[in-house]
Amino acid sequence: MSGKDEAELSRLLRAAIAGDEKAYADFLHRIAALVRGFVRRKIVQGGVDPEDVVQETLLAIHVKRHTWRQDAPVLPWIYAIARFKLIDAFRRRGRRIEIDVDDIAETFAEPETETVSERDIGRALDGLPPAQRSVVSAISVEGQSIGETAAKFGISETAVRVSLHRGLAAIARRFGRE
Amino acid sequence: MRTEDLIKALDADASSKAMPLRSAWWLAAGAAIVIAAMVFLLTIGPRPDFMAAAHTMRFLSKFLFTIALAVSAFGLIRALSTPGASTARAVAWMAAAPLLMAVAVVLELFMVPEALWGTRMIGSNMMICMAFIPLIGIGPLAIFLWMLRYGAPTRPVLAGAVAGLLAGGLAATFYAAHCFDDSPLFVATWYTIAIAVLALLGALGGRFFVRW
Repeated sequence: MSGKDEAELSRLLRAAIAGDEKAYADFLHRIAALVRGFVRRKIVQGGVDPEDVVQETLLAIHVKRHTWRQDAPVLPWIYAIARFKLIDAFRRRGRRIEIDVDDIAETFAEPETETVSERDIGRALDGLPPAQRSVVSAISVEGQSIGETAAKFGISETAVRVSLHRGLAAIARRFGRE
Repeated sequence: MRTEDLIKALDADASSKAMPLRSAWWLAAGAAIVIAAMVFLLTIGPRPDFMAAAHTMRFLSKFLFTIALAVSAFGLIRALSTPGASTARAVAWMAAAPLLMAVAVVLELFMVPEALWGTRMIGSNMMICMAFIPLIGIGPLAIFLWMLRYGAPTRPVLAGAVAGLLAGGLAATFYAAHCFDDSPLFVATWYTIAIAVLALLGALGGRFFVRW
């Protein structure tokens, strides 16, 4: 089973890196399911929402896919990233609880400590510059294509791609920085 | 945002390309060597009797040690910056430089009378050594830390420390071409301290700068 997954997933990711978008969508759906299973097994007590870790892992896999060596197995690479993001989610939550309990006044005074919570990528999206935010949410939440988004905002497709890429990279960075 | 929506955005961004990490590491190594060479040549430069010294075992042993350190650290840092990569073999290679050093020190202790051990160890250049190895290494260290950010180290502090060892091995290789203190006793003491400073800086960089 795992051997079959391995061969299929590395084939898909290789195709995706070579420019096959359909293969990439297929790859992302499959690893979302894999990572979801992994994270749910690991989170036994509540507090961290498994789906948040799934999303952060997918985003990290996306922005770090150049770190995969195409001749190396892909599953150890995926699980290493998932484990790193899982630990990160617990670490962030621990820090946040400390702020909530010990110093509520400070939490009110500095709302930016709350903007990137482990709760969801959507909130990180709200922190983007307006141009990037509207492009990213048009493509993700509203499900529009690159072409439709370009027409909607009256900008070139290249500009849409650049905003999307920068927006995703910025969201990924925010999760790393916290 | 639903996971399904996130996947749409990631898929639409599929065509964005970044240089494979493995190629980027070689590029970074080249850039680091150029920067270290420039700093070295613009400041202290090679010793005047470089060609003559190149025939002595003590002088050459310094390079054996520093190059072994740089090469093994380069192997390890590439593994550490790749999630899921096996590090066991690269870690084993890290023993090469200390072992070579230990052998050289033992040989030196046999060859040099005990009364001279202290003089050999203290040498005449220790302050220059401790200043210039970090100075030559700081540019390469910055490049390697930046590379760790470009990669995906799951143990950033360790990876940062190895970046410091790599920068240290590289800087010490250049510095060794300047220094007149060729005794392994000097090298084992002062080079080690200077390289440890870079390793510590690297670990701090890994802790605070290498986030992803």
